[in-house]
Amino acid sequence: MQSKQPILQLTHVSKVFGGSRALRDVAFELTRGEVHCIAGENGSGKSTLIKIITGVYTPEPGAEIVFEGRRFDSLTPVTARQLGVQVIWQDLALFPEMTVAENIAFEMNLSRRPRWVRYDTMRAQAQETLQRLGFALDLDKPLRDLTIAQRQIVAICRALVAEAKIVFMDEPTASLTQTETTALMDVVRRLSEQDIAVVFVSHRLAEVLEISERVTVLRDGLRVGVFPTGEMTQTRLTELMTGKTINHEVRAQDRSDAPVVLEVRGLSRDAEYEDVSFEIRRGEILGITGLLGAGRTELASTLFGLTQPDSGAIRLDGRALALRSNQQAIEAGIAYVSEDRLALGLIQRQAIADNIAITVLDELEERLRLLSGKRKSNLVQDWISRLSIKVDKAEDAVSTLSGGNQQRVVLAKWLATNPKVLILDSPTVGVDVGARAGIFEIVRGLAESGMAILMISDEIPETYYNADRILHMRGGRIVGSYAPVAADIADIELAVNA
Amino acid sequence: MTERVSEQSGQTVIGGATLLDLLRRQQGEVVGLGLILAVVVLLFGLTTPRFLTIGTFQSITFQLPVLGILTLAMLMPILSGGFNLAVTFTANMAGLVMAWVLQSQGGPDAGVFAFVLAVLAALATGAAAGWVMGIIIAYTGAHPILVSLSMMIFLRGLGEFLTRGGDVSGFPDFVGSIGHGTVLSIPAPMLIFIGCVIIWRILLTRTQLGFTTYMVGSNLVATEYSGINTKRTLTLIYTLSGVMCAIAGIVMLTRFNSVRVGHGEAFLLITVLACFLGGVDPFGGFGRVVPVLLALIILQVISSGLNLLGASQHLATALWGGFLIAVMVTRWLLWFLRGGKRDS
Repeated sequence: MQSKQPILQLTHVSKVFGGSRALRDVAFELTRGEVHCIAGENGSGKSTLIKIITGVYTPEPGAEIVFEGRRFDSLTPVTARQLGVQVIWQDLALFPEMTVAENIAFEMNLSRRPRWVRYDTMRAQAQETLQRLGFALDLDKPLRDLTIAQRQIVAICRALVAEAKIVFMDEPTASLTQTETTALMDVVRRLSEQDIAVVFVSHRLAEVLEISERVTVLRDGLRVGVFPTGEMTQTRLTELMTGKTINHEVRAQDRSDAPVVLEVRGLSRDAEYEDVSFEIRRGEILGITGLLGAGRTELASTLFGLTQPDSGAIRLDGRALALRSNQQAIEAGIAYVSEDRLALGLIQRQAIADNIAITVLDELEERLRLLSGKRKSNLVQDWISRLSIKVDKAEDAVSTLSGGNQQRVVLAKWLATNPKVLILDSPTVGVDVGARAGIFEIVRGLAESGMAILMISDEIPETYYNADRILHMRGGRIVGSYAPVAADIADIELAVNA
Repeated sequence: MTERVSEQSGQTVIGGATLLDLLRRQQGEVVGLGLILAVVVLLFGLTTPRFLTIGTFQSITFQLPVLGILTLAMLMPILSGGFNLAVTFTANMAGLVMAWVLQSQGGPDAGVFAFVLAVLAALATGAAAGWVMGIIIAYTGAHPILVSLSMMIFLRGLGEFLTRGGDVSGFPDFVGSIGHGTVLSIPAPMLIFIGCVIIWRILLTRTQLGFTTYMVGSNLVATEYSGINTKRTLTLIYTLSGVMCAIAGIVMLTRFNSVRVGHGEAFLLITVLACFLGGVDPFGGFGRVVPVLLALIILQVISSGLNLLGASQHLATALWGGFLIAVMVTRWLLWFLRGGKRDS
């Protein structure tokens, strides 16, 4: 395999913010061309560590950073780049209006003199870099016309142009389909062959274990250890990250005797989904799984009244629904937890309290239709304690919460409307492995109390261990139906990823 | 990366922590502006003995209301993440409509009934101008700056065409006495302004419309996903902004005893300045009425004080600009001392 020569060694790295210690005497080592993973829950110090390596943060005195034999107490962003440290952030930080070539060769324009933009050399360099990765893209296409996966390739190329020796990737597969993820893994292998070290930060344990050679596990700012991935399992890794043992068991129950709450018959919408039929019974959790682009979110949008179907029928408690807006859906008793918590689920900059209260403003009015501050704080405190949301002050911006707690706030705002049907779209996106169990506990409790729940997720284990029935959606159609008690998870995974 | 933010909100502990603590809290803006106001008043008071008199107080309270009411009209759209560039010309147009109604009812001989009718017509005019803007912004998603700019140019052109650029005057005497009258030595326009401030504060802090204004200003789509009729919210915001403009137009008419299109045009950018000085987030979602009120008073005190010292009004305008820059730099410094991390 690769030479075992270390390229980067960090020892005694600590970082204190205010009173809290984000990192405590952490060590980290990377060898040339290695594929390494940093695993840990939110708040474990992953991003602080990366920001120290990339020079964004200065570690506390006593830290030692050795890069190819050169010693540093701390790095600045400029030296980090000069040493060949590149980060591919989740949002990629590219220029959407510029072409592929311009984006890839962007760095050239910063350093070379004279400061003329040379389009021919830019194109040549872009072409050459793409070939190094074994990819072909139209150099003159504006970036905004590319898929997320293609943009990622562009970002990686840009790092190569900047002569990267270490590439950090922050949640690189978060919005990729299975095929795209496989393609990205090939790119990572090529980088590794070219002696470029790749460091992954990812929530998806399966791919972490598949691609990387070693994994550094962080928990609460401490380094739990460095482990070869060869002898690591997902369960073991989860336990290391959370410090807890997790029991997976199928909890599906047969609800076929319960009355039907939501019934969907032959629902179609052009270019989104076709002839979709299913029903959800009282207390039932119905899982819908399938790859990105299978039409799952589009179906959810229609059930929530955001779009209107071309044909087919939706019945709630036996009554036909013709929803023209999500306000009507909410009125009818349908709630929708969006997969995009940042842009659609919560108003990130506003207070936790306001985010919970926004769906039930009518109930907060007292005389003269004025909002009652007392009713609002009662409502908010009630939900904070019922869903055990870890909150410092309810007036803090919701963006200050961890992913898991944010998702609880989303649940609170919808449960406050007292819905009959709860649609959960990818409920654990951006939620820590350890915090996911808590979310599902809440969801199962809701089902027990009689709510009908539609759970959409591309993480098959999530639906397998939590839903009572699973529908498989592909190309806008329901192509399969499984009962977790009768089916093996491997069979479902095979069918979905085929 | 969704690393917990609290982990990163580093705080630098420094000597004067108590003042900083105060500033850090929600009332920080009010305390800060209150201190600035006290300093400005003190400076002028020490410079000229004529400053701390009832005369100065009355001059300030006669001049503040028009700018103040127009600023309130600007505030709501800014909180919703928008803008209303048509505030001054909406006020002019409402004033014109009021003048015409008064003239059609006998001009100088018009009675109280005619006056009430004229006021209602003016309010309706302002509401209509605002409603049109709101509807367009809500349903087409066009940028509020473009929509209100178009409305501003439309109203200005229409007004100048109809009045041929001249003054409209000839109202009953009692109209002027509203503009210049006092109740318990407080000028009537100031009382109207205070009323508007109270209504706006209640509207923004205690009503569904106020609540959703802030939410829309932070994230329109997420607010819509939460089941709020954001189109209705936006339409209402601009309609009410138009009504507030109309009130400013009515006060202007009673103050000057005449209406001219272009009157108060210079106030437009000052209203924006006052909002930002009062800590309103230029991108919407955050801002409160009381700090904006304090900011207005500071601006007016500076202007009146310089006037007393015999300085040119142009110098006052220059000072206003310099003052806003100083406040922004101070805010940045405070933010930097607090650890330099954004809370969003």
